[in-house]
Parts: sequence; structure tokens; C-alpha cells
Amino acid sequence: METLEQIKLRLEAALPSAKIEILANECAAGERSLLVDAASGFALAKFLRDDPQLKLDYCSNVTGVDWPDKELTEKIKVKQIVEGVEKEVEEVKKTLRPGCLEVVYHLYSMALKLGPVVLRMRTGNRADSTHLPSLTPLWRGAEFQEREVYDLYGVIFDGHPDLRRILMWDEFVGFPMRRDYVAPDDFEYEPTPHDEVLIEAKKHYPVEPKAEVKA
Amino acid sequence: MIDEGLKSELRKQGVYVTSLQELYNWGRANSVWPLTFGLACCAIEMMAASMSRFDLARFGAEVFRPSPRQADLMIVAGTVTKKMAPLVVRLYNQMPEPKYVIAMGACAISGGPFKQGYNVLKGIDRYLPVDVAIPGCPPRPEALIHAIMTLQEKIRNQDLTGPNRPRHLNADVEGEYPVPAYGKTDLEPPKNPAVWQPPTLKR
Repeated sequence: METLEQIKLRLEAALPSAKIEILANECAAGERSLLVDAASGFALAKFLRDDPQLKLDYCSNVTGVDWPDKELTEKIKVKQIVEGVEKEVEEVKKTLRPGCLEVVYHLYSMALKLGPVVLRMRTGNRADSTHLPSLTPLWRGAEFQEREVYDLYGVIFDGHPDLRRILMWDEFVGFPMRRDYVAPDDFEYEPTPHDEVLIEAKKHYPVEPKAEVKA
Repeated sequence: MIDEGLKSELRKQGVYVTSLQELYNWGRANSVWPLTFGLACCAIEMMAASMSRFDLARFGAEVFRPSPRQADLMIVAGTVTKKMAPLVVRLYNQMPEPKYVIAMGACAISGGPFKQGYNVLKGIDRYLPVDVAIPGCPPRPEALIHAIMTLQEKIRNQDLTGPNRPRHLNADVEGEYPVPAYGKTDLEPPKNPAVWQPPTLKR
């Protein structure tokens, strides 16, 4: 199979307006992925599917990732003049990484027996700009999984033929797989609580002061 | 009512004496037809129980009915999600009297490992009157067979008259249970207070 760099070059040649980035992966498998922009995502995916050298005709998996807003701290050495002497002083620089929702597609080729090529798309933010193009018109198998990503993460897939909740009921409010989802407080007595459940148990069933032992 | 000792003495002499209640319950207890109805991995054990190795047919309960209209017993075998719970209650309502419920496995009893989750019912006993609960995750087929035997015992000992008579002989008792509606985060109501009350803590 071509390397990801080669695929990226060919994609850029085919669609010059596309913004494509190769994401590194620090885990043991080290599987890198293509991060494409939402606007040209559909056209790029279509190219990957129809390209005779790749023929990625099978989408094995669609999943979502939630990236909440995160404050990144970085230590930088800055030269400062302290009491007339130039010194290197460490400064902590804080930057805010804006959050987004991400959808990951794992693409294989059944015809050429190659893959996976991992395709990622990111939404603008997590609140109001959560639209992404649906790839269901390209890979029919993505239909239910995109519905699941919509159900649990709240990504709205434009062009999906039947975008409804799939696991939760239609009246449900909220997206439970988001990192900041707060489940309804319906704690019930637990005979052997531990960890987070123990904290909840203490909140709901405060321990009464022990009765004084009679002498 | 004939004395038990006299009855057994007569039987030794070849005179078979019985009561209508005993005969009626004997028939009912030995033809409990369960509903073909599985929700999770417990259903696999339920299938195993009905197959030849464990042979649920020995207890007259092998005729799994695909329609609630023909079933006597609902085996709630598996995790009841909040999305599924109204359908389970509706299936129960569609069963004719007399009907019984076995809650099979940790999930059906209490929500099991998913109890603290947002999408799983914390036990089917919130909406339905459970006759027998089987602990286990999942319970072995022997445990299910034991539950069926416990249920048979219960059926055999049911009085046909008096205040404790079964529901189908008591015109005053409503056999249908309210079906919960889907709410924004939970079912509404989250429990049927006529069937289930939260446990109170004794300290």
C-alpha cells in the first residue's frame, strides 16, 4: 500500500482546496491517520473509494471522539534582565485548545486487500457548529454507525438518509458519550458501595452519628 | 378440606382422594409456557436450559410461545434498558391471566453492573410483580430450572379461594400494569409505586 504521505499528495493534487493533515499516533500500534476538513471531506472520501490504486470499498468502523476545551500549559525559557544581569527565567505559558467533536472512519479495500486508512473529520466546536458531511452515500454500512455517533455525541451528519437516535429513545435529551455529560441523579441505595459509587452513597445517605455506647 | 394424613393413608390403600384445587394447580404447575423473549446473555442460558442437555421439558415448561397471548410465564432474561422497559411491560399486559414473572440474572433484578448507568432500568420489579428472582451473571441453566421448580411450588400452593387467591380468580384486581412513557432523561414515572418502593435504610 502507498504510504499515508503519498496518499496525501495525491489527494491534494486531486482536490487542491482540501486541507489535509497527517495525525501522529503515540500508542504502540502507531497507526497514523488523515485529518481532513469538513468542507472537502465528502469529495476526498469519494476519491479514496473510487481511486483505482486504493479502492477503499469497505468502511469497517465509524466512531466518535469528544475533545473538550483543554488548557495546555507549557514551560518556556525567557531571557530577562533581573537586577542588571541577564538571566534565563522559566515562564508558564497557558494556551486554550478549543474543543471539537471528531468522527473516525476506518476504510479498507476488499478488492485490493489493503487497509486500513483512517480518516478523521472534526467539527468547528462542540456547541453550535457540529455539522459534518455524511459518508453514508458512499458506504452504506456507515448508516447505523453515524446514527450512533449522532445519538451519543451529537454530531449532525448532513446528507444522512435517516438521522435519528438509534440507541436512546427519541425523546431523550443530551449526548451521553460527551465528556461533560452529567447523568441524571437517580442514585439508589447500594449495599457495598466503592469508588465513585461510595462518594455518591455518602452524598445521598449521610452516615448518622453513632449512638453512644452505654456503659 | 380433607386431612393430609388421612389422604396419604387412603392413597396407601389404593383410594385416590384429591381436591379440585390440587388437581387444578397440578395441571397449571406442569404446563407453564414461557414467552420466547430474551434481552441479553441470560437468554443464551435460557436457550441452553430448554435444549436437550438440561431439558426444561421435564418440567412442562419447554413450550416457548412466540406470542404473549399464549404464554403463562415471562422470563425477563437480561439487561432491561430504559428504552426496552415499556415494551416489556406492554408484553406482560398482553399475556392472559394467570401469568408469572421470573427475573433472571443480576441485570433483570437490579440493573446489575449497569446499575449506575444512565440507560439501564434498575430492576424490572419497578414495573412488574416478580414471582421468582434468580441471582447470577448469567445464572446457570440449573438455576433457571430451580426457579421454574420454585414457581411450580408457588403455583401448587396457591389457594383458589380466599384473599390470597390468584389474580385471575379475583375480579377486583387489575391485571394490567401502567406502561411508562419516555421522558427527557428517564422513564416517567421511574417506578410503579404500587409494585415497588425504594428500600429504607436501617442503621
